[in-house]
Amino acid sequence: MRRVSSWGRLSAEPHEVIELIDREAVTRELTADMARGGPGIAYGMGRSYGDACLNPQGRLWSTRRLDRFLEFDAGSGRLVCECGVLLRDIQRLAVPRGWSLPVVPGTQLVTVGGAIANDVHGKNHHVTGTFGDHVRALELVRTSGEIVRCGPALRPEWFAATLGGLGLTGLITSAELQLVPTRGPWLEAETIAYSGLDAFLNLSDDSQDGWEHTVSWIDCTSDEPRGLFMRARQAADQTRPTPPARTRTFPVTPPFSLVNRLTLKPLNALYHALNSRHRGPRLVLQEPFLYPLDAILEWNRLYGPAGFYQYQSVVPRREAAAATDEMLQAIARSGEGSVLAVLKTFGERPAPGLLSFVQGGVTLALDFRNRSRTAALFERLDAIVSAAGGRLYPAKDARMSRTMFERSYPRVAEFLHFRDPGMSSAMSRRLMGS
Amino acid sequence: MAVVKRIVVIGATSGIAEQCCRVWLEEAPADLLLVARDANRAEHIAVDLRVRSPGSQIAVQQADFLDPAAIEHVADAAVAAAPVDIVLIAHGWLADQSRSEGDLAFCREVLEVNAVSPALFAEAFARRMAAADRGTICVIGSVAGDRGRKANYVYGASKGLLARYAEGLDHRLRLARSGVRVVLAKPGPTDTPMAAQFKAAGMRLASPREVAERIVRAIAAGWPVVYAPARWRLVMMVVRHLPRFVFNRLSI
Repeated sequence: MRRVSSWGRLSAEPHEVIELIDREAVTRELTADMARGGPGIAYGMGRSYGDACLNPQGRLWSTRRLDRFLEFDAGSGRLVCECGVLLRDIQRLAVPRGWSLPVVPGTQLVTVGGAIANDVHGKNHHVTGTFGDHVRALELVRTSGEIVRCGPALRPEWFAATLGGLGLTGLITSAELQLVPTRGPWLEAETIAYSGLDAFLNLSDDSQDGWEHTVSWIDCTSDEPRGLFMRARQAADQTRPTPPARTRTFPVTPPFSLVNRLTLKPLNALYHALNSRHRGPRLVLQEPFLYPLDAILEWNRLYGPAGFYQYQSVVPRREAAAATDEMLQAIARSGEGSVLAVLKTFGERPAPGLLSFVQGGVTLALDFRNRSRTAALFERLDAIVSAAGGRLYPAKDARMSRTMFERSYPRVAEFLHFRDPGMSSAMSRRLMGS
Repeated sequence: MAVVKRIVVIGATSGIAEQCCRVWLEEAPADLLLVARDANRAEHIAVDLRVRSPGSQIAVQQADFLDPAAIEHVADAAVAAAPVDIVLIAHGWLADQSRSEGDLAFCREVLEVNAVSPALFAEAFARRMAAADRGTICVIGSVAGDRGRKANYVYGASKGLLARYAEGLDHRLRLARSGVRVVLAKPGPTDTPMAAQFKAAGMRLASPREVAERIVRAIAAGWPVVYAPARWRLVMMVVRHLPRFVFNRLSI
């Protein structure tokens, strides 16, 4: 047994961790494991924030060693790889050859299997949709030993259940992805300061066409929402030499959260001041711009030993301004919140998975240190999200109620037909009862 | 134009060896021969490496690792195409110590796989590479070879043998003013399938990538001995110098 945490570090319960090391042996391993004990769940990089990847006292199948490429066609951009390959490794392989993953979330340090199981999105959702929109096929190994190959045209019902299916339909062993052409790693970026949610929505609308990546930082501590709207697109000039990527590691877990009542406002003010300097167009590298947090490994230690929650919601566009405003006010009143509150609009295109999080509207994501009193704030936020017809992102969630989940994910009943009875996580037991 | 390096990896399915290959191919395309007992698993690795480095030549060869004639054959085949720049001898088996204590046939197998086989590979390549007067032979030893201890002395003794072997080989080649270098790599516990038991016990393990980067660097620079990660050099200096009356009270 080994203590395992997810990204929010809210718990470190013992798990029986089984490292899968050979793709061809996965079927044998899963069936043998099932013969001698209870269910388990796949664990990749542990980057989901809550309990989607945890199974306390139970089994985890670690996919980190299934990190081999199988095929890459530099003519068509078609890539086949094992489930434990990191998105960063795909980008480092493909970008120099003129191809890029169409969708990468705020961190590249996630596995392909995790990206599929959470049907992740990026800052370019309004242009490219979710990760699942670019999966051409995948292979699923069920704990019964059955192997299911599926894709948008091949057993599409299995495919739709597995995209965003939280690993509960079986273990994804490999996937075929369609990459998109890229000119190179440089982006033309622009940062625009704004104040008020209407200004944010206008900026989003204005940037829909012509700007591939859009995201906004918002100061969750100020009464009148002030923020910085960031947008970027591929630069025409890709000739600059690329400096080597540099990472640092957050060295220790401080005894208390470094984000707290005393530091929250100054940190937000500092972020605003530092990033406001970048107004106007400039040329930036894709990696630090799109994945700023990947530059500091283990930044989740920042919140101290008790860990933290991330709250990410989406509300439909027509309710967005009012609901988001209400949420921000509730957060500002609570005195809690994070330095990196993120606001973004999703396009209206429907997501491909039965349980995909993304829907058209406005998404708000922010971190909260783990304190008993934040529970009341979360309930207040849940009420606002529910009233607006929105929902929460399971990849970030550690606490939403089963009622809220069932109400906001209407296709759950359909999904349950595809569950693998040998796959179970703390999240599935919390939200689906088993 | 840079000359393509010819690299031979013995025990290519080893977690550290696979990472070394990735590091080399990221630096430049190479001509790589993967030698393994399990050709199927080695072929999976070769497929991955070919995607990572389309400009490289990557071949797989199956071999019996305990048969001297088979080892000679591997070495012949490896040098036949072109002179070898690097040979990495990476296979190892962290077998159950307590089973070795009760089962002599098992104990012998552990010693043969971890000590005799790598030594024979080193010898076979040394002869051919000395004739070409170039190249580097890297043998993967272990910090466990630095001092025998209760928990793993059969494995540790095998790795200790490799340390003496590499030392002697280096001495011979230096005296002969040979162009061939010998590098002994001593990884600490590393997060590979071999060390799954340490991980289960909650031990902090080095990433195989980090260990591989250091080994690749040592090979390029021709360091005779390299600890990976580097901190093990200091740790093992202390462990080696603990007086026996202290050491024998510690259950480490």
